[in-house]
Amino acid sequence: MNEKEMERYYTEEHEWVMPIGDEKVRIGITDYAAKALGDVVYVELPETASHVSPGDEIGTVESTKSASVIFAPISGKILSVNEELEDAPELVNEGPLNEGWMTEVQLSDPSELADLLTQEEYTQLVEKLEDEEDNEEE
Amino acid sequence: MGNSFRYLPDTPKDREEMLATLAVSSLSELFADIPDHLQLKEPLAIPAALHEFALEKKLRKMANKNKDSKEYVFFLGAGTYDHYIPSTVDHVLSRSEFYTAYTPYQAEASQGELQALFEFQTMICELTGMDAANSSLYDGFTALGEAATLAVRSTKRKNIIVSKGVHPQGREVLKTVSVGFNYHVIEVKLAGDTTDLIELKKLIDQETAAVIIQYPNFFGSIEDLTKIKALAELNQALFIVSANPLALALLEAPGNLGADIVVGDTQPLGLSMSYGGPHCGYFAVKKKDIRKIPGRIVGQSLDKEGKRGFVLTLQTREQHIKREKATSNMSSNQALNALASAVFMSALGKKGLRQMAQLNIDKADYMANSLNEKGFSVNNQAPFFNEFVVELPFSIQQTNNVLLEQKIIGGYNLEKEYGLKNHMLVAVTEQRTKEEIDAFIAVLEGMIK
Amino acid sequence: MTDYNELIFEISRPSRTAASLPESDVPSVNLSKKFPEQLIRKIPAELPEVSEPQLMRHYTTLSNKNFGVDNGFYPLGSCTMKYNPKINEDVARFPGFANIHPFQPTQTVQGALELMYELQEDLKIITGMGAVSLQPAAGAQGEWTGLMIMKLFHKQNGEDQKRTKILVPDSAHGTNPSSAFIAGFEVVEIPSNASGTVDLTALKKQLGTDIAGLMLTNPNTLGLFEKDIEEIVKLIHGIGGLVYYDGANLNAILGKTTPAMMGFDIVHLNLHKTFSTPHGGGGPGSGPVGVKGFLAPYLPVPRVEKQDNEYVLNSSYPLSLGRVKGYFGNFGVNIRAYTYIRTMGADGLKQVSESAVLHANYLRKLLAPYYILSHPQFCKHEFVLSGLKQKKLGVKAMDIAKRLLDFGYYAPTVYFPLIVEEAIMIEPTETETKETLDAFAKALIAIAKEVEETPTIVLEAPHKTSVRRIDEVRAARKLLVRYDKSEHKE
Repeated sequence: MNEKEMERYYTEEHEWVMPIGDEKVRIGITDYAAKALGDVVYVELPETASHVSPGDEIGTVESTKSASVIFAPISGKILSVNEELEDAPELVNEGPLNEGWMTEVQLSDPSELADLLTQEEYTQLVEKLEDEEDNEEE
Repeated sequence: MGNSFRYLPDTPKDREEMLATLAVSSLSELFADIPDHLQLKEPLAIPAALHEFALEKKLRKMANKNKDSKEYVFFLGAGTYDHYIPSTVDHVLSRSEFYTAYTPYQAEASQGELQALFEFQTMICELTGMDAANSSLYDGFTALGEAATLAVRSTKRKNIIVSKGVHPQGREVLKTVSVGFNYHVIEVKLAGDTTDLIELKKLIDQETAAVIIQYPNFFGSIEDLTKIKALAELNQALFIVSANPLALALLEAPGNLGADIVVGDTQPLGLSMSYGGPHCGYFAVKKKDIRKIPGRIVGQSLDKEGKRGFVLTLQTREQHIKREKATSNMSSNQALNALASAVFMSALGKKGLRQMAQLNIDKADYMANSLNEKGFSVNNQAPFFNEFVVELPFSIQQTNNVLLEQKIIGGYNLEKEYGLKNHMLVAVTEQRTKEEIDAFIAVLEGMIK
Repeated sequence: MTDYNELIFEISRPSRTAASLPESDVPSVNLSKKFPEQLIRKIPAELPEVSEPQLMRHYTTLSNKNFGVDNGFYPLGSCTMKYNPKINEDVARFPGFANIHPFQPTQTVQGALELMYELQEDLKIITGMGAVSLQPAAGAQGEWTGLMIMKLFHKQNGEDQKRTKILVPDSAHGTNPSSAFIAGFEVVEIPSNASGTVDLTALKKQLGTDIAGLMLTNPNTLGLFEKDIEEIVKLIHGIGGLVYYDGANLNAILGKTTPAMMGFDIVHLNLHKTFSTPHGGGGPGSGPVGVKGFLAPYLPVPRVEKQDNEYVLNSSYPLSLGRVKGYFGNFGVNIRAYTYIRTMGADGLKQVSESAVLHANYLRKLLAPYYILSHPQFCKHEFVLSGLKQKKLGVKAMDIAKRLLDFGYYAPTVYFPLIVEEAIMIEPTETETKETLDAFAKALIAIAKEVEETPTIVLEAPHKTSVRRIDEVRAARKLLVRYDKSEHKE
């Protein structure tokens, strides 16, 4: 993580988007998502150099019993993917915000970041979801 | 309630007690949710039930109307063969712990099946020279269709090129499958008894998802996979080989000749012909495509105490999890037949399987030579395994009728699918003795006189 | 014995064999003279080398680590794990059935064709359909076949380009959406309503001329009869669609009603469920497809027909979808189903469904105080419990399933249908005794108590199987799908 690291943006699908300078972002899934998925056994990542738009499928995260699709939160070009996940998918569980990152994207429209959730908004969303789960268990 | 049936244990008292527990007075209350006018008022008009011994007699009579390979001498192959099956195979299959079990979803209660399938996967990998195999598919033709689908989905290309040396029914299934996926099946003709490589070279382009070759091909001839791989590679098309697993005991493994996917049917390995089914498809890939395999895969793991154990793995590929995004819609496979083939391969073993394959080559070679010597021309130019094409001076149907009188089931008539009049595809397995082969040829000679 | 944990490759020793092959009675071919060098195998396939007694002991030991219907109760929901009759096995092994070739002249296999023809006739009567093909190898292939028939029907009417969608309820088997996709359709999921059946309001919203048809299981996977079936069929037919019956749950309605009476146009059957053929550890199965008369021309070819007193194979159906599988389907499986139908007759088949439904309701009633029921109404041949009560105590449906293995039962289907949380799906079938149902209920009730009092014993189950709980995560992360000498060295 370099000096220019900024605050992250989030999506309602529990992904995080972190600007890393030069209109590039790094993308991963949140702690909440990693916990919900359980033990990750495989991560399918997008092809580098491909172009994506919001809502495109850019990957899949699999546990032994489920497969969850990762959607592109923004538009841009896939610059690189985290190749370590190929042999060590458990990194997604161990450090979803750090070494479990998934892909880096060159933004084609940086203004789209404004459409994403802020840290504060996402924290509220997670709290709300956790409350609902607690209620269900009452 | 009428008769009692031996598979139905409820006594009148049981029924009464259960109904009482449910606080209903009759069974019909449990069916009250089916609107009355949708309920059958008359019994199903199927034939009456038969007692065990009467039924056995009836069915034995029916079976005896068929001319089977225990009584008749078979020279008929074309994808299904009369091979030796060691007695052990059926004894293992008859263990009801195996055949009455379901798919091994509960691994801890299914270790026997899982281990046997893991061993099967290993044996298929050994024979094909590939890295991973699934635990079976319906049959070799279905496996072919699945291989084409994998190629289309992974290359995102629209054309499948298939040699006419591939079994005609395999190509038919491929065409049916292609409709759903909206891809094109392009057939490449034969030059003599092997795939026309000049024609193939013209057909392959950047839209070719895969090239499919049969090894040995439908005419028994052994295609030169190295040359075909080179053509496929030029356009980054996948190379799919449909192989007879028995022949692979002596033929170079397709995995060592550049195959991306190897499929086929294990019928020659311990499965009875059974009028065409159930047989058993196999499907093997290189490491890169392991997550694209259709069907079930058994993996090795450890139990919580560190003991080796087996479990179905990579299940997220399958229909019950990914539903419409699955690699295939299949749920059932042919696990019991895979078990049979595993027992067969274990019984024959490393040397025995080679010996059996050699016997096939020897006998087919002997018969082809004898036919040539007697003036019947064998058409194969390429070396062949246990089948070849012979051209006769009479119609194949007439020949087979005459052979039948001598209790011989003759070969496959190539006229309909290949337009080859008076051409017979003859299969000679290790089961055929010199006497039987000589007798076949004597019948042909008799027809000339 | 139970300590035996060897792979067949590990007990192999060079030069052992369990087969006997004759010396060749013809000259031997020198491979290097006949075959090009690059096509001759250099390294033999590493197949095991064992003696016959070793072979039998290996597989017998493996069989001892496997649980089948003959070992005990198999309450696997939606799988219809009924008893597999032994005469069926004997008949399928008659040389006249087992040792015949699919390309033999038809006059030499009249008995085989007769059996297939008669089975087709039986299945026509049982489903009420106009024509049946035995070609599909199993349920999923049957579904795909049926959907391709739908596609061809619309094509014939010039509508295949616009009718691109298949409606599938959210309670459906996973194969339904998957088969629809493979047949080239888009899948539209229809939610279930609070009473567990198709939500008609939601269904109506999706209706349009882009719909090719609807797939439905009835009774559905919750074990509930879709009592609005006539209205559903009317709605689909009203927009020009066809209605497909997934026959997985036919065991509930044999001799009581038929898919045709309910209005269905196409049906597939699972002979390995309803008609007692063994599951074989995953297969082979058989998935015949039946259609109403107007769809008969689209069925796969060849079709088995009777002309005068001869049975023939007929491929001259220009509208047919072609071939879906090699030869004539899983003939060996079809023999078993035929034998079963002849054993039971009409009266017997009806009793099958009556007992299957009685057993399911009885067991459900015994368990109701201890587990949450998915729905309050009577069920048909199966029912779904929810383990939510137990989950709140930290024990999941999967743990309960594993614990049942310790009691000498196979586990029910868990986490399916997807619309019930912590689903435990139980199908007792008609072939179990009341004593077995009582004992099984007792076991599940005992487990419910354990969950409250000593949950660890459930969480760590199974305890009595040949292995303890297998690490599935490890299996998926460190993929090992074949034996490899080097990787297996200790």
